[in-house]
Amino acid sequence: MIVATGKSILNRIGIGKIKIYKAPEYKINEGLIEDPAHEVQRFNDAVQKAIDQQGVLYEKALQTAGEESAAIFEAHQMMLEDDDLQDAAREIITSQKRGAEYATKTAFDEYAQMFAEMDDPYMKARSADLIDVEMAVLDVLMGNDTDSLQGTEPSILVAEDLAPSETVKLDKSLLLGMITREGSSNSHTAILARSMNLPSLIQCKDIDDSWDGKLAILDGYNGCVYIEPTKDLIDSLTAKRNEDLKKEALLQELKGKPSVTLDGRKVRVYANIGGPSDLGSVHENDAEGVGLFRSEFVYLNSKEAPSEEEQFTAYKRVVETLAPKLVIIRTCDIGADKTIDYMNLDKEENPALGFRAIRICLTRKDFFKTQLRALLRASAYGNMGIMFPMIISRWEVVEAKAILEECKAELLREGHKIGKYELGIMVETPASVLCADELAEEVDFFSLGTNDLTQYTCAIDRQNAKLERFSDTHHPAVLKAIQMTVDAGHRHGAWVGICGELGADPTLTETFLRMGVDELSVNAKSVLPLRKIIRSTDLSKPAIKD
Amino acid sequence: MKEINFTVTDPLGIHARPAGILVKEAKKFASKITVWKGDKSCDMKKLLALMGMAIKQGENITVQFDGADEEDCAAAIEKFLKENF
Repeated sequence: MIVATGKSILNRIGIGKIKIYKAPEYKINEGLIEDPAHEVQRFNDAVQKAIDQQGVLYEKALQTAGEESAAIFEAHQMMLEDDDLQDAAREIITSQKRGAEYATKTAFDEYAQMFAEMDDPYMKARSADLIDVEMAVLDVLMGNDTDSLQGTEPSILVAEDLAPSETVKLDKSLLLGMITREGSSNSHTAILARSMNLPSLIQCKDIDDSWDGKLAILDGYNGCVYIEPTKDLIDSLTAKRNEDLKKEALLQELKGKPSVTLDGRKVRVYANIGGPSDLGSVHENDAEGVGLFRSEFVYLNSKEAPSEEEQFTAYKRVVETLAPKLVIIRTCDIGADKTIDYMNLDKEENPALGFRAIRICLTRKDFFKTQLRALLRASAYGNMGIMFPMIISRWEVVEAKAILEECKAELLREGHKIGKYELGIMVETPASVLCADELAEEVDFFSLGTNDLTQYTCAIDRQNAKLERFSDTHHPAVLKAIQMTVDAGHRHGAWVGICGELGADPTLTETFLRMGVDELSVNAKSVLPLRKIIRSTDLSKPAIKD
Repeated sequence: MKEINFTVTDPLGIHARPAGILVKEAKKFASKITVWKGDKSCDMKKLLALMGMAIKQGENITVQFDGADEEDCAAAIEKFLKENF
């Protein structure tokens, strides 16, 4: 096995035989010619044909690679149409009595050189474009057949460098990957590779003609290629590739589509996030909003209690970036297993049943107000929900709301803007389920925290391995509690979602939909798989019992 | 003759494709259009020469229009520069 490294363009894997791609050699006759008029005519015809070809490539790239990549060929057309360039070539033919090929090479090379010598890296890269159009004209003049260079079998193409016109001419259905010795990540080849989603390695200095026809794996994750890889490597990277392909197919298929059942029930599929760094995954997985933004990160990543300004900046960034999508931010949920030094919390016998979350916040009102003020200020920048955790009694919600109103009045007096927001609570204690009717009167939404709800309902510590036999994540008591919560919420006009791990359990999706759950908030990776299940569910048909 | 000044705000400056479109726009007019950057100048109707000027973000250019349709031409090119660069 040989391993060669390069710079990877995409985190993708390509497996297949190597095909060495060699551009035709241009043997240019430098001798004098007899009939300049004829050569000028040949040159004019060839340029026109090359311009037409670039038009065809433009259309082809538009379909396979998108507008940005296709624009290259439009620029190529304009370069070919340039009077100075054409005049320079014709001048060489008439005054130096040379052939059209020689004139083309000399004139185009001179312009390519001019760009190559420029300081600006973008302009420097344009010299490759001139070489590319030069080859297009030369291919026409010399009758080169460039279509057959790729071979007829699916393969990983290995080349010194690939011009944009070469890249786009390639039959994509035969292309498993590209490896070049040259090229920069700004080159059109890299741009095209990205938009065509091809695993590619550039600046791979060790490419060798002897690789031709050998089995290889291009590992874009690690920026390397394995020639004649071991069986173990083939197995593990094939599995990884298949996983990637499956994920991508799902993304392609479901992105931008609504989460709606066959009989027309819409469900909101949101993502759970832990901080601004998760924003990318919300977009990538096309989540329709954020159902649980755990605000703990602002507390856990800090040596002292985070200031209003720090918190405001973090919340604003998330709310603003995702607007107009709804972002539900859960207020501080520390205590229990999440302890922080500067909070000076006492050690407790039974932390899960102890001083935590809303209980801390209602006790240390100033600490709570700092967060509420930051949240209210961020609400002006998008669509926000504020959610209180660990509620058991109505008075807790009433008191928390009163503090929120107090903050609001202060902020308005200080001249801050406040937006609209929805208000909700986590339903994660059996008490809140049993009192759901009166709690629903106080809020816009419920979000079921099934992890704690299961633990408290069944009195089972999920971390305790000895309890495995007794533990049942689908315990009927938990499912009944969810149904009760949904019903109570709906009786009072509050919508009900699930933000615990159970929400992502595909075997329960249909059950939840039948219960009337309005929203499922899950880890971002589960968003599209859930959407797939929802879109193939038909609630008008009787449920299948297993 | 008419003259306008323009400062490039596009992060890439006057680069390949938009420069091509600018050339196309310029060719619609009969006037001679000259682009000046410092003491270097070129004909706006010539793409490679224009690209060769390597006009970057933040740089100031002066454009001169000379011909029968210079009024219309100056207005159109100024509008185009503002919208695209």
